[in-house]
Amino acid sequence: MPTTRPGRRTAFPAAATAVALAAALTVAGCSSSGTPAQDDANAKITLTVNLFSDFGYADLYKQYEQLHPNVTIKENRADMGAHHQNLQAHLLAGSGTADVEAIEIGQVAGFQPQASKFVNFLDNGVGKDQWVPSKTAPASSTDGSVLFGLGTDMGGMALCYRSDLFKAAGLPTDRDQVSALLTDWQAYTAVGKQFLAKSPNKGAKWFDSAGNLFSAIVAQAPTGFYDSSGKPVVTENPAVKQSFDLVAGAVKDGESAGIQAFTPAWDTGFQKSQFATVACPAWMSYEFKANPPTDKGTWDMARIPGGGGNWGGSYLTVPKSGKHTKAAVDLAKWLTAPEQEAWLFKNKGYFPSDQALWSQPDIATHTDPLFNNAPTGKIFSQSAKDLKPQPLGAHGAEIGTALGNALTSIEQGKADAATAWTKALADVANITG
Amino acid sequence: MAATVSADTPLRPARAPAARWSRADRRVSPYLYTAPFFVVFALFGLFPMLYTGYVSMTGWRADRPGSESTWVGLDNYRTLLADPFFWNALKNTVGIGVLATVPQLLLALGLAHLLNYRVRGRTFFRLGVLLPNVTSVAAVTLIFVQLFGRDFGLINWLFGLFGVDHIDWQAGTLSSWTAIATIVTWRWTGYNALIYLAAMQSVPFELYEAAAIDGAGRWRQFRSITVPMLRPTILFTVIVSTIGALQLFGEPMLFSQQQDPTTGGSQHQFQTLALYSYNQFWGRFKYGYGAAVSWAMFLLIVVIVAVNLLAARRMKGVDAA
Repeated sequence: MPTTRPGRRTAFPAAATAVALAAALTVAGCSSSGTPAQDDANAKITLTVNLFSDFGYADLYKQYEQLHPNVTIKENRADMGAHHQNLQAHLLAGSGTADVEAIEIGQVAGFQPQASKFVNFLDNGVGKDQWVPSKTAPASSTDGSVLFGLGTDMGGMALCYRSDLFKAAGLPTDRDQVSALLTDWQAYTAVGKQFLAKSPNKGAKWFDSAGNLFSAIVAQAPTGFYDSSGKPVVTENPAVKQSFDLVAGAVKDGESAGIQAFTPAWDTGFQKSQFATVACPAWMSYEFKANPPTDKGTWDMARIPGGGGNWGGSYLTVPKSGKHTKAAVDLAKWLTAPEQEAWLFKNKGYFPSDQALWSQPDIATHTDPLFNNAPTGKIFSQSAKDLKPQPLGAHGAEIGTALGNALTSIEQGKADAATAWTKALADVANITG
Repeated sequence: MAATVSADTPLRPARAPAARWSRADRRVSPYLYTAPFFVVFALFGLFPMLYTGYVSMTGWRADRPGSESTWVGLDNYRTLLADPFFWNALKNTVGIGVLATVPQLLLALGLAHLLNYRVRGRTFFRLGVLLPNVTSVAAVTLIFVQLFGRDFGLINWLFGLFGVDHIDWQAGTLSSWTAIATIVTWRWTGYNALIYLAAMQSVPFELYEAAAIDGAGRWRQFRSITVPMLRPTILFTVIVSTIGALQLFGEPMLFSQQQDPTTGGSQHQFQTLALYSYNQFWGRFKYGYGAAVSWAMFLLIVVIVAVNLLAARRMKGVDAA
């Protein structure tokens, strides 16, 4: 983080530090450009893993270190945006990458032009058929000869709801009845109005944030921000505008709590019952574990309105500029192997992208006490099998953020739907143009 | 003559190298002593600047492989002049800069005046005012973000006691500017106060004594002696604070609650120039255009500093006259 006011330091210490730094860099540069340590399989090495949130790996690292006594694993985490920006910067510079770097699915298309800067897993004994094509295609070079990312989790979707708030507002609490009630998003926003009218808790809104809801709805469309040729189609694709208007309408009706997702305020929102429903990709169950309601409220899980869809999920990559690429490939393969992915789902809630696991009995019948013993295994497996992959593009994540920001400005009372949409399109033009 | 020559010759080889060495030492060593700074400056200051200038004339983008050497000349700068996001960022930067710098320097001046008195535990207070400045910008901003929270923030709670409605600090233009300016002011007031204090201590005590005998109160002394004597120092802090304000980056970045903090709020209401440059460069990976924004920022700073210095020269001229 650059300080706000550089240029104030006195010359001498800065110069001295910089000279020392330069000397250190030169020395470091020499040693690292020498023979890499990876030739000796038993040499003690430290593998660095750069992630953008908690992947739930801590226990798995311990297990791996026991299996490989010469390996020590060090994990670093950054914000999602900062993580991917750093990775791009380090790839550009040709140094500074960790041994294993995670990439989120919304960002992976942006790394496709740099596929040659990563280790090709197809040359390292990995078979593509471990995953569905929709998972491997975005992490492959355009001609398919390079696979640079191993699928970790994926975001089959569900709807999480507060059964206690539902009950108080006279809505059904049984998850099958809720699924039957909220068949599509029109029904969802209509029931939201009912909820607001009847709920005795006036502090509780229907959903957490417009941007989050919009992401979920757009993720279900057969085409999102890009067409299959990789051309941005934000204005041409009616699904985008329809989703935007639907959410904007719900915001106007006061259904949104207007809390930005993944912020401290959002965590507080979970604890203080500020919203009754959240669109839940599998990975989000982690948030519920971290922020249980303080008023003993109970979360449950129903089917997502509108059917399937994928939101999120990640890859592990090994940049060629890493220090121990061979050992890093072994670690990445191990972390994404079926046994470890199954363990992560059962213990941490991350649904595996490994397709053979979806029909494995202990996954398909898994229930989660966090959601009143909802059959999460069944819900997410079904969602994953129904999935029709959406074409991805280089700036998908940023376009989603721009449209989400526009919806936020409606929540904040700073724009109406039409103005917000116009401004969002200006943003999109700035991103893609 | 021959004798003098013969007397001189044995001496020459002995004396000359030492003399030459000492002359060379005197001539060269100052350059050697200062060289590390210039070497480092060339490496980490000048080269990146020139390279950024070069990149700003290319159409380099990460999503277009092979675009790194496409020369576009001044195209990026032309685009910049017609870019509403750039002008918006400039407006925000100036707005936050004024809101932060003016109260900050006035407060610092007052604070320095108070610290200049003989009070018990003077060193403690003098060190205390510097404390906000040595804390990390990230830590400070994260705490202020909590204080400025919409639903459960301390400041809104305080306002609530007086019957003022909750303010969504992130949402509005003026409210977000105020919040960010508060963070900047909190961090830098003490720093400027210490600079003023140092300058105040070089003001001859006799002036105050004479003024006191003439019946001037503390406030009158401050206005008629302290401030005029401090004029060069004030000018220095104005310039340095202006440069700092134009480069404002960390506070708005961390204040943002959006998914992409470089957008500076839902409607770019607090996206500063530095944030916009970062957003274009590392957020959108438009290296050429991002570099052009950086260079425009640099030129802007040069212009503003030049104007400041001209004003300073005029002020001195007035003084002399």
